[in-house]
Amino acid sequence: MATKLKPVDVVTVGVGLTGTILAKELADTGLKVVGIERGRWRDTDPDFAMPGAHDELKYVIHKELMQDLSKETITFRNAMNETALPMRQLGSFLPGEGVGGAAVHWGGLTWRFLPWDFETKSRTLARYGAKQVAEECTLQDWGVTYDELEPHFNRFEYLYGVSGKAGNLQGKIIPGGNPFEGSRSKEYPNPPLKTAYSSTLFKQAVEKMGYKPFPVPTAANSRAYKNEYGATINACVYCGYCQFFACEMGAKASPQTAVLPVLMKNPNFELRTLCNVVKINLDSEKKRAVSVTYVDSRGREFEQPADLVLLTSYVFNNVRLMLLSGIGKPYDPAANSGVVGRNYAYQTNGNVTAFFEDKVFNQFMGAGALSMMIDDLDGDNFDHTGLGFIGGGWIGAASSGARPIDFHPVPPGTPRWGGEWKKAMARYYNRAFGITTHGACQSYRGNYFDLDPTYRDAYGLPLLRMTFDFRQNEYKMSDYITKKAAEIAKAAGASRMNVNPRTGKYSIVPYQSTHNTGGAIMGADPTTSAVNRFLQSWDVHNVFAIGASAFPQNGGYNPTGTVGALTFHALEAIKTKYLKQPGPLA
Amino acid sequence: MSESRSRRNFLKSAAALGAAVPAGVAAQSKPAPHADHDKQHAQHMRAAAASARPYMFLSQAEVAFLDAAVSHLIPKDELGPGAKEAGVTYFIDQQLFGGYGTMAKKYTQGPWPEGTPQQGYQSPLTPAAVYRAGIRDTNEYCKKTYSKTFDALTRAQQDEVLKGLDGGKIELEQVRSQFFFNMLLNNTVEGFFADPVYGGNRDKAGWKLVGFPGVAAVYTPFIEKHNVPYKAQPVSIADITGKVAQVDEHGHPIHVMLDDNGHPLSSRAQRGTS
Repeated sequence: MATKLKPVDVVTVGVGLTGTILAKELADTGLKVVGIERGRWRDTDPDFAMPGAHDELKYVIHKELMQDLSKETITFRNAMNETALPMRQLGSFLPGEGVGGAAVHWGGLTWRFLPWDFETKSRTLARYGAKQVAEECTLQDWGVTYDELEPHFNRFEYLYGVSGKAGNLQGKIIPGGNPFEGSRSKEYPNPPLKTAYSSTLFKQAVEKMGYKPFPVPTAANSRAYKNEYGATINACVYCGYCQFFACEMGAKASPQTAVLPVLMKNPNFELRTLCNVVKINLDSEKKRAVSVTYVDSRGREFEQPADLVLLTSYVFNNVRLMLLSGIGKPYDPAANSGVVGRNYAYQTNGNVTAFFEDKVFNQFMGAGALSMMIDDLDGDNFDHTGLGFIGGGWIGAASSGARPIDFHPVPPGTPRWGGEWKKAMARYYNRAFGITTHGACQSYRGNYFDLDPTYRDAYGLPLLRMTFDFRQNEYKMSDYITKKAAEIAKAAGASRMNVNPRTGKYSIVPYQSTHNTGGAIMGADPTTSAVNRFLQSWDVHNVFAIGASAFPQNGGYNPTGTVGALTFHALEAIKTKYLKQPGPLA
Repeated sequence: MSESRSRRNFLKSAAALGAAVPAGVAAQSKPAPHADHDKQHAQHMRAAAASARPYMFLSQAEVAFLDAAVSHLIPKDELGPGAKEAGVTYFIDQQLFGGYGTMAKKYTQGPWPEGTPQQGYQSPLTPAAVYRAGIRDTNEYCKKTYSKTFDALTRAQQDEVLKGLDGGKIELEQVRSQFFFNMLLNNTVEGFFADPVYGGNRDKAGWKLVGFPGVAAVYTPFIEKHNVPYKAQPVSIADITGKVAQVDEHGHPIHVMLDDNGHPLSSRAQRGTS
């Protein structure tokens, strides 16, 4: 029997990147906010302190900062005619657990999606006609435009101290930045990071080929920076223990560095860790949430009444809690009706490893997002006529930290083990770098989430079931851009290379990307979206589902910048409209 | 669990520091009701004191098997030590005894159909149990085929067996051969390159082989020195906690740079590099 607690104004389910920003801003207005987090408290000191922070086995192989699957996981299958089985160990993607969520171990790449990305459907139909879109593709516009989000991108970039170079400043193309980005009203708050050797070779190669390289915008700050909350983010020292790790320097912006130092001092905010929300309770008409039920680390069950419930977990739990709580109609792929679970998408990544005989790269130095990239082959930045696919991706050479358990490439034809492998691995460890092709993934009728009929979590509740595979559009796109990446490697002087476009069935085993999207998507039409343009549930108006769960399909970019912009976009609507007159905003 | 875990940690740190373990220490700190167990612990502790490598999970036969197997996966050669010399067997032992071996943080509820390759790890066995079964079955195969256990075969025969497991040509009874082999190969690479605190990568053999400096220094002054090798004495976590390595104000080691012959540069030259 749950103990009923004193009502509060706002509950955030999850205290990561989105939850901390919303909690901070709403607590500042005088509202009482409770942040409920399934994992533990974590902070730069002592949790991420040296020298233990530089332990590849602990963080990359044993995934210290990521989700504890013994309590809860997802089940997975490639297609509806298979039986989904539980993801027993982490591989393809790495959700976080604990305060700060995945924004503790992220790589820091902070993009804006293109204006085109927010209107993928209407712009594709206008330029190419319906024939360009695959039959089962459930392409949608977002219900919000880039121009509407632009000020919110700014807010997030300035909060996290993003280091980069504008390529389109108030409509004017600026040399050295990304000329394909949407027009931005302000320059980045910090200049780009320094340039690694692999980035320099990549830059020289792509310039020869007529592409437009630029340093990728990153939340690993290039200099010490004080944000609008008064929190200080330190300067990156290029240690190379970045993505999959927490930053011992407090230089990679995260909730711990950018928001929590200030939020934790606000008496209107209360943090409850090791507490797992298992249900959002609705009123009898299912129009309004009245409370959340959670279980603490001693097994006690509590009911926390609240006027506003913000789902600020990773994609999976935003969707799962909606399904478990009866918020919105579950998606039915057979009938193509219902909304919750619809349009799950992912990232279609490929890569080229370039080997050199006469150069050394010191790729163990770097930062998660230390890279030179091109955006010429992303979104609709190039003519897709006759190509048989839509979308694209960025291509880039990253120096994100080449630690040897994870990074020990060998040229094609080398055995997997033994003396010959050892010699090749020793020779090329410092004479190789990777070029990534980071591709979009469209949404399809058969790719979705629902509740698993067999497997359950530690609380006895059904796991979320993922049904997903890539489609021809994604294979063709990945093949196209990965071939271009191979041309770049050749132009950079590589003697040999491994070329790996995305092929074959999607597998949950090898790490690919923690860029899972959709399932509680936003849109202008309640019959095809779970949340409206302000990320508010169409059905239960005091529930907002914030995060990449709202992406109708995934662009060719890392999602965090756009997640940050959507967070501030929703926040503005909550502050200026919803709190004054609670009810549906669209 | 917590008892055996703390015991393990004690032994592990003792082994890492190369310290002698006084016999009976564990028994003295144990409550009375587990007298038999305590006696066993004390015996273990004495055995541990006698051995530089107190194995916690693997049997002697399994140690012999793994010593032989990992010496093929990463052999000793003119470039330097291989996996066996780097302590990879001991690393695997420590891993199997700990959270990795027992599938802590993994989802372990059934049912357990085999699934598709895309669905990943679906074995009802923990990694520790996979090793136990895989070593036993491989030895059974070797006895049947060569009338000897794996460790007693010639190197050519061992190589043949490992290739048979890798390619799936040898079928094992309790685990899929490739599943066992891939786990062994992955753990071998991990043990060769992980921080020495875990018992492998002895003398930083893996790091020295590839030129990885281990715990990172502040690289801000060096990141834009392009196409220049960064030659430093690798630094481990224990070098810092044991105050062998000097650190800066944030706890990053100050790397000792090496000349072309692998000798430390003078401190004057050191300062010049950073």
